Amino acid sequence: MKENIFPRVAALLSILLGGCSDFALLNPSGAVGEEQKTLILTALGLMLLVVVPVILVTLVFAWRYRASNKKATYAPDWAHSSKIEIVVWLIPTIIVVVLGSLAWNSAHKLDPYRPLDSAVKPIVIEAVSLDWKWLFIYPEQNVATVNQLVFPAKVPLDFRITSVNVMNSFFIPQLGSQIYAMPGMRTQVHLIANQAGAYEGLSSNYSGRGFSDMKFKAIAVSGDEFNTWLGRVRQSPLRLDPGRYRKLELPSEKNPVEYFSSVKPGLFDCILHKYMPADVKSKACEEN
Amino acid sequence: MFGRLTLEAIPYHEPIIMAAVGGATLGGLALLALLAYFGKLPYLWKEWLTSVDHKKIGVMYIVLALVMLLRGLADALMMRAQQAIALAPSEGFLPPHHYDQLFSAHGTIMLIFVAMPFIFGLMNIVVPLQIGARDMAFPFLNSISFWLTTTGAALLMVSLGVGEFSRAGWTGYPPLAGLAYNPGVGVDYWIWSLQISGIGTLLTAVNFIVTILRMRAPGMTLMRMPIFVWTAISTNVLVLFAFPVLTVTLTLLSLDRYLGMHFFTNELGGNMMMYLNLFWIWGHPEVYILVLPALGVFSEVVATFSSKRLFSYTSMVYATVAITVLSFSVWLHHFFTMGTGPNVNAAFGIATMIIALPTGAKVFNWMFTLYRGRVRFSAPILWTIGFIITFSIGGMTGVLLSVPAADFVLHNSLFLVAHFHNMVIPAVFGYLAGFAYWFPKAFGFKLNDQLGKCAFGCWFVGFYLAFMPLYALGFMGMTRRLGHYDNPAWQPYLLVAAVGIVVIMAGVAFQVAQIFFGILNRKKNLDLTGDPWDGRTLEWSTSSPPPIYNFAVLPVVQDIDAFTDMKQRGVAYSRPEKYTNIHMPKNSAVGVFIGMFSFMFGFAMIWYIWWLALVSVIGIVVTLIKRSFDNDTDYTISAEEVERVESQRFQQLATAGRES
Repeated sequence: MKENIFPRVAALLSILLGGCSDFALLNPSGAVGEEQKTLILTALGLMLLVVVPVILVTLVFAWRYRASNKKATYAPDWAHSSKIEIVVWLIPTIIVVVLGSLAWNSAHKLDPYRPLDSAVKPIVIEAVSLDWKWLFIYPEQNVATVNQLVFPAKVPLDFRITSVNVMNSFFIPQLGSQIYAMPGMRTQVHLIANQAGAYEGLSSNYSGRGFSDMKFKAIAVSGDEFNTWLGRVRQSPLRLDPGRYRKLELPSEKNPVEYFSSVKPGLFDCILHKYMPADVKSKACEEN
Repeated sequence: MFGRLTLEAIPYHEPIIMAAVGGATLGGLALLALLAYFGKLPYLWKEWLTSVDHKKIGVMYIVLALVMLLRGLADALMMRAQQAIALAPSEGFLPPHHYDQLFSAHGTIMLIFVAMPFIFGLMNIVVPLQIGARDMAFPFLNSISFWLTTTGAALLMVSLGVGEFSRAGWTGYPPLAGLAYNPGVGVDYWIWSLQISGIGTLLTAVNFIVTILRMRAPGMTLMRMPIFVWTAISTNVLVLFAFPVLTVTLTLLSLDRYLGMHFFTNELGGNMMMYLNLFWIWGHPEVYILVLPALGVFSEVVATFSSKRLFSYTSMVYATVAITVLSFSVWLHHFFTMGTGPNVNAAFGIATMIIALPTGAKVFNWMFTLYRGRVRFSAPILWTIGFIITFSIGGMTGVLLSVPAADFVLHNSLFLVAHFHNMVIPAVFGYLAGFAYWFPKAFGFKLNDQLGKCAFGCWFVGFYLAFMPLYALGFMGMTRRLGHYDNPAWQPYLLVAAVGIVVIMAGVAFQVAQIFFGILNRKKNLDLTGDPWDGRTLEWSTSSPPPIYNFAVLPVVQDIDAFTDMKQRGVAYSRPEKYTNIHMPKNSAVGVFIGMFSFMFGFAMIWYIWWLALVSVIGIVVTLIKRSFDNDTDYTISAEEVERVESQRFQQLATAGRES
């Protein structure tokens, strides 16, 4: 509702800023990203209502009351005006009230943990950050990949995220919200791609030597293409068993894309419980 | 014997680092040799290094800040150059091992060893003068604080040539900053330089709070204090509450690293989320510690150079206090993306927006101080106007980041980097405005205003060139701390940003020239009156530079603009009926020795040289015990001596046509 108060300002700003397709955040490809774009432009527009006059009036006052301009009124002891006080506290307060309600509503609506409003059943993907690569486990399909994320467009994605050792942040700018990947913690984010395409994915929290190359392609495809792709992954000779996973845990940089035709069930929970006491951990990682 | 320190620790295989180390060492030695040649070393030791005079300690703080500014800018230049060329297939000229140290050092240096010493330098010079006091409440403690800050900076500089600096970012988030993922000495250098300087900062906060509360001239009620004094006491209250949190947090991290404990590790219930909370409970107030004094400087400058009372003093005071209190209620906005629930995120987001209200009110107050004034366009007012424009933009992007759902896509991007530089660099404008404004007071001569204006022009333009492209890059999905990248669309923006930093460097060069020519032509630009700008507050009522005792007779305050009021009543330069003896503290070398022992202690802890750490601690304790038995710590300036100095002052005033 409130997002629509300043559609014109938002539209104008988006022409100014978003004319170029290089601007990932202004050319979102997912419902979450689109709401965030509107939110950013609306908030900026609201604040410009104060910021632009402040800058202009400051310049005007400074110039008009320059010392050499003897025609201007000089009131060296004038230092109080209740009217001005009321205006300079009231107008920003009104804007903060509007922005605050915008912030409150959007924080709830775009809460990364909240499932998206969609009739389509979401796909669960478990993402794990390792030194310095991303592991994606598709538990329902029982396959896994490294540094490549393929998923059907127009289907909600339910990401469960953790890290093996240090903090990272899972982020696909054109789809929307990021969320931290932390060892021993499971975070969540719900995203969706509105159309097919290849989007940049990255870690946006510095994690050490190989951080700059900790990127992946997030590829949205049609439902049929997704099934074809699954078929290809299932033909991979590699299986993500405990031995293979231990190799994956070793640090590597610029890791190539890898496909795994099967995954040891419960691997994500096992990683999540890596630092728990032995009895808890062995329950989560049954084979140990 | 030497712990983990071996010859391997010197990075002689890295030409860039060795050149920097060689240059700094040679420069330092040349300076020392020059001073020795002219026989100035005893003067330096007796009159400066061992001084407990707040004005001299203030000057030394600012010298430290300017030296470290050059180092921080060199780091910035290298980072910008790296990102400008590191488009795949090129990986630039800096390998990750070096690049990651650069951005960690840049942040630490600029915040802790440039901004902090600069504000404490300005406060040291100005606060006692503005409240009509003869020195700080604890002048000897002041000397110790300064030397502890310098020790921290020295440790950080040593990391360049001996070992390495942290590669965990200036925020040092664990578990990356833990022993498991950063086993080298880098993080330890970071910890100990922050710890030692942090203790100095905390002591200085106690000193300022006591000074301001207990040593104001008769008649100066709280609501007659100059706004700079208000921002100074607010800043120091923030330090008093925030820095212990940093000290404890770093201590816990040290316990993890040194004694194998698990506060922030992954194992045994350690939790890095606790570190993030604690770090930013210090870190956010720290931002206001940097900004508030700058806001104080602008309040002084804008009134003086508009030849007009500050608009709405009372709301300025309440705005300052409101910012102080609110700054402790917003720390979580640094990690909205940690997965905290929407209620918590939104609450902290809204709290952040509320800070914009008192801050905005201040901007309006400056605006209406210009209104119906007589604005003299000297360098300080240009810094002020540049500040209002730039800070408004930075405030706007800050409020945008405080909207949690917007932060989800902007967090950790170059948009964020642009935002906080857009707040901190205007604060630096404030320090430089203060530098230009109070320089004549500290040294007794004026600087070339034209060069000052050129410096401002370069900083202002350079800032926009360097950081507006970063906002755009944030929208393009470029995250911070990337050593190299493969998106060709980013490169043009990064090239412009690199040009921007060069323009800022030109601004610094103008300032160096300004100081150089200022000293060269000082005889022509003497400030005989002590009041070069038609000032409004007490620091302008005494001579430039002020005598060691600041005020022969303590001034009596009847108005907010105490000195303007005295000038209007015609009592600004009246001779007192008689002078009395003045009791002053003696200089002391103890501060220097404590600094030296602290340096040895920090160095020993970093390199695991346990015996040396023990020796240093014993050294500090013995030095302090010895000092506590020293009864000869003060002296008296006789009334005749005061009269002699003051008659000279009145002669100067007569020459300048100011005597009443």
